[in-house]
Amino acid sequence: MNSLLNVILTTDFAFSVLRVTTPILFAALGALISNRAGIINIGMEGIMLVSALTGVIVSAYTHSAWVGLLGAVLSGTLIAGILAFFTLKFKTHIILGGVAINMFASGGTVFILYLLSGDKGSSTSLASKVLPSVEIPLLKDIPVLGPILSGHHILTYLSILSVLVVYYLLNRTPLGLRIRSVGENPHAAQSVGVSVIKIQYTALLLSGFFASLGGAYMSMGYLSLFTRDMVAGRGWIAIAAESMGRSTTVGTALTSLLFGAADALANALQVLKIPAELIATLPYVATVIGLIIYAVSETRKKNKKLKTTTSK
Amino acid sequence: MFKVKYFEAIRTAAVIVIALIIAFLIISLVSDQPVKTIGIFLLEPLSTKGHIGNVIEMAIPLMFTGLAVSLLFRANMFNLGAEGIFYFSGVVASVLAIHLSLGGWLHPLVAIAAGSIVGALLSAVPGILKAKWNANELVTSLMFNNILFGVGLYLLNYHLRDAKAFANVSFKFEKTAQLSKIFPGTRIHTGLIIVLVLIVLAHLFLYRTKWGYELRMTGANREFARYSGMKTAKVIILVHLIAGFIAGMGGSVEVLGMYSRFQWTSLPGYGLDGALVAMLAKNNPLSVIASALFLAYIRIGADLMARLSDVPSEMISIIQAVIILLISAEQFLKFWKNRMLLKEAKEA
Repeated sequence: MNSLLNVILTTDFAFSVLRVTTPILFAALGALISNRAGIINIGMEGIMLVSALTGVIVSAYTHSAWVGLLGAVLSGTLIAGILAFFTLKFKTHIILGGVAINMFASGGTVFILYLLSGDKGSSTSLASKVLPSVEIPLLKDIPVLGPILSGHHILTYLSILSVLVVYYLLNRTPLGLRIRSVGENPHAAQSVGVSVIKIQYTALLLSGFFASLGGAYMSMGYLSLFTRDMVAGRGWIAIAAESMGRSTTVGTALTSLLFGAADALANALQVLKIPAELIATLPYVATVIGLIIYAVSETRKKNKKLKTTTSK
Repeated sequence: MFKVKYFEAIRTAAVIVIALIIAFLIISLVSDQPVKTIGIFLLEPLSTKGHIGNVIEMAIPLMFTGLAVSLLFRANMFNLGAEGIFYFSGVVASVLAIHLSLGGWLHPLVAIAAGSIVGALLSAVPGILKAKWNANELVTSLMFNNILFGVGLYLLNYHLRDAKAFANVSFKFEKTAQLSKIFPGTRIHTGLIIVLVLIVLAHLFLYRTKWGYELRMTGANREFARYSGMKTAKVIILVHLIAGFIAGMGGSVEVLGMYSRFQWTSLPGYGLDGALVAMLAKNNPLSVIASALFLAYIRIGADLMARLSDVPSEMISIIQAVIILLISAEQFLKFWKNRMLLKEAKEA
C-alpha cells in the first residue's frame, strides 16, 4: 500500500492525470454539446480515430504540425457532418449511424494506413510532426503547482480552455440557448421559429470538432504516431463521463478528470503486482457504477415527484 | 398493396447494390488490376469446396449473434453487449473443455450449456438496470464488453495459458470436448445444426407464443404495452436473458467447433457484426440465415482478395458502414415508396 501512495502522491502522477484526461475531456465536451441538442453521438470513437490518422498523414506530407491539426479537425468534422446528414436527412437511427461510423473508422483507418505506408499496425514510416508542449513562464517556477500545471502539450491547455468556451457557448449565447431548447423540447423550439434541423446539424458538427481535437492529441501529442485502434475506448469513456456528469459542463469536466485519474492510476498500479488486464477494466467498472448511481437517484426523484403529485 | 409489400426487400437489394458499386469503385482506385481483383472478391468464395465451407463456417457465429441482437432490437433495446458475452462465454466453455473429462457428446454439451447460462446471467445485468432504473442499456452493455474482455484475457493469461506454446493461447481442449465436423473436406461443424434449430425456435417463440407477442408489443411501444397490462420490465429482462443465452451459446460453439485451444487475444467482433446481420434481416429470425450468409460471403471474398491481390481486406469495413447507414435510413428511397402508394391509390 505504501508503494502505491508513493506513486500517487507525486507531482508526476498529477501531471500524468492531466495528460491522460485531455482526449477524454475533448470528446466528452463534444458529447455534451450534441446531447444537449438531443442527439446521442456515439460515433466519438470513430471520429477520434479518423482525425488521429489524418493529423499524422497531413503533417507528414506538409511537414507542418499545424496544418496536420487543421486536417485532423476538418476530417473529424466532415465525418460528423456525414453522420448528421444521414441521421437528420435520411433518418438513419442515430445509434446505428454511430455504430457505422465506428465500424468505418476501425477498418477504414487501417485500410488507408496500409495504402500509404504499407503497414497495417502503425505509421512509423510516415515522418509525421508533433504539436509542441508549452512551459508557462512564472507558473513553472511555483513549487508543486509548477511541475503539475506547466510543460503540458498545447492541446491539453486548449482542452481546459475549451471547458470555459463550451460553458460560455451553452449558457451565455443565443446559439447555446437554442441548442438547449431543441434538446429539451424540439416541438416548442420549432413553434417559436427555431430550425431544429439546423441547430442539430450545428451541434453535431461542433461535437465532431471537439472529438477531432481529442483524436489529433492522441497521435500528435499523447503519442507521436498513429497505431491501429489507438483511441482504445476513450470515445466511449467520454460518453460515459458526459452522462455521469449529468450533461452539465462543470460535471462533465470533473467526471472526465475522474476518468483521467482512474486511467493514470491504472498505469501507476502496474508497479504493484495486480494483473494489468484487470486494472484495465477499472474505468469501465467505475462507469457502470456511476451510471447505476445516477439511474437509481433519477428514478427515486421521479417516483417522489409522482407521489407528491398524486397525493395532491 | 402488392408492390408496396415488396418495398423493404427492394430497398435492401438497392442498398446492397450501392454498397457493391462503392466496393468496385474503391477496388478500381486502389488495385493495379481492378477487374481481376473484383472477380476474386465476387467469385473466389464459390471457387472450391473449401472456400464455400469457409463462408458457412463464418456464417455460424454471425447467425448466433445476429439472432441474439435481432431479439434485443425487436424489443427496442439498443444493447450491443453480445460482443463481450460471446467472448467471455468462449472462455467459460474453454475452461470446461480443458479441465473436465466426460464421455463423448456429454462433454461439449456441458461446456456449451455452461457458456450459455453464464451468457444469460451476464446479459441480465444491463437488462435489470434498464427495466428497474431505466439506465441506458447501450452504454452499460458497451462498458460490459470491455470489462468482460479484461476479465477473460486475465483468465487466459494467468490460468489457462499453455507455457509450452509460443503464443498467447490456452492449453489444448480435451478431444472429447470438440464438436464434430459434419461435411468432409470443410470445417463445418455441428454448431450449424444447433444454430438453425435455435433460429426456428426463436421464430416460433416470437410469432407463436404470448411471450413473443409481448416482446414485440413492448418493442413497438413500451408505454402502450404497459397500459394494456403487460409487465414490460419482465419482458425486458426476459429478452436480455434469452439474447445473452444465445450469444453465450454462440461463443461456446465457435470455440469448440473451430479451435483446439482458446486463442482470442482481442474481442472477435462477432457481436457488433451481429447488429449488422440483425439489421439486414430486419430483426426477423428466419432472415438472419440469409443475411449472415451474405455478410460471411463478402468477408471471405475480402479475405481472399487480400491474399490474392493488392487490396487489403479492411476495405470491407467501409462497405459495412455504407450498408448500415443506408439500411437503417428510413427516408432512403421513401419518395419512391410514396409515389408507388399514390399510384396504387389512384388505381384503386
